[in-house]
Amino acid sequence: MDWLASNWRTVIDLALSHLYLAGVPLVVGFVLAIPLGWVAKRWPRSYPSVVTTTGLLYTIPSLALFVVMPLILGTQILDPLNVVVAMSVYTVALLARTVADGLRSVPDHIEQAATAMGYKGIRRLFGVELPLAAPVIAAGLRVAAVSNVSIVSVASLVGASQLGDLLIDGYNRVIWGELLTGILATVALALVLDAVIVFGTRLVTPWLRAGAGA
Amino acid sequence: MIGSILAWFTDPAHWSGEDGVPHRLFQHLWYTGATLLVAALVAIPLGLWIGHTGRARWLVSAANAVRAVPTLGLLLAASLWLGPHLQGDLAYVVPSIGVLAILAVPPLLAGTYAGIEAVDPAARDAAKGVGMSGRQVLWQVEVPNALPLVMSGVRSATLQVVATATIAAYPGLGGLGRFIIDGQAYGEYRTAAAGALLVAALAVALEGLLALVQRRVVSPGLRGAVGGSRNDDDADPAEMDPAAEPVDVRAHA
Repeated sequence: MDWLASNWRTVIDLALSHLYLAGVPLVVGFVLAIPLGWVAKRWPRSYPSVVTTTGLLYTIPSLALFVVMPLILGTQILDPLNVVVAMSVYTVALLARTVADGLRSVPDHIEQAATAMGYKGIRRLFGVELPLAAPVIAAGLRVAAVSNVSIVSVASLVGASQLGDLLIDGYNRVIWGELLTGILATVALALVLDAVIVFGTRLVTPWLRAGAGA
Repeated sequence: MIGSILAWFTDPAHWSGEDGVPHRLFQHLWYTGATLLVAALVAIPLGLWIGHTGRARWLVSAANAVRAVPTLGLLLAASLWLGPHLQGDLAYVVPSIGVLAILAVPPLLAGTYAGIEAVDPAARDAAKGVGMSGRQVLWQVEVPNALPLVMSGVRSATLQVVATATIAAYPGLGGLGRFIIDGQAYGEYRTAAAGALLVAALAVALEGLLALVQRRVVSPGLRGAVGGSRNDDDADPAEMDPAAEPVDVRAHA
């Protein structure tokens, strides 16, 4: 606790970089997963290949992906962009299948009703299908958010500064307070992000609670 | 850059001895196999028991909550805590192997539990109806039906261990992660990149191998549930989607 009392400013700075390195890829990955998931749902034959390809991407261990990124992107070895892109790859890998499954969970008769009311194409996707798929997609987003926060701490080994630095520094200098602060702050950040997604999902799906309020 | 990495791979010095690719690969596989075996001996019987009896479900959620803990933090804390009490190589190996085994438990437990839980109640009732005992229902009906999800758990756990063993090179474990950590430490990017490519190839190869094993051990009667609907009717996607359930067996490090 003494350690935290005298270093809380550093912890907050590192937590903000951690949030950036985990949060930006979450948004980027989600945006990219929507068209992929839509394709997998629209053309059922493409579903297995989307699931297999993204599954294989998710297979690559994080430290390996961080180190390989400069080869693919042509960036510097210590560039934080490597981490952002690698984390976006993981997020797309997790969410493409979730979006496809979420869209597939929307009953046929609802799609037909929406079509009959004049919804079509993009408008039907964003106005009807995605909102109804929200609970399934949110479950996937929560998994992605929590695992992103946890994985990002590994990026300290390739020089991207965030809460993982506390783990490495605490270990190297045998400062237990710093090491434990690093672990607890990472868990706390994951829980906060998770709670934000739960709250956000409640906001965009008011109909799920419409009957329960009475 | 690609050329210098190719040159690394073709240099015979990197293929022999303590720090050669074959020995590091062997270590990595050994750690992975040993920790998975230990974790499976704990997690699979426990998952079968929880799924079969419906008791102590909180254990599954508790195990899942471990996902939020950074694996690097667990590895470093265990090494710092146990290291000084152990001699020689054991100071690096024991804490890391312990953490690897602990991290393999949640996906195995979640997969086994979710697999048993997801067995069609009608199949279970029918088995009881024809006079099967509790044990027979478990081994002849529930386990075979649960195999696809049990295998997803095994695949997740394997990837988790391969990935975490790589990171464990930082507190001193052997394996392919050594190339990455040592390459970074000495500023030799090509060594680190070669190690990263080897780790990625190993992970993808193991995933492919386990997918083949799964295809062999899972009853053909269950396969339709994975590829899509059987009669072209609207199969309920929630039925075949582990991600839609509160238990998600995917894990990563």
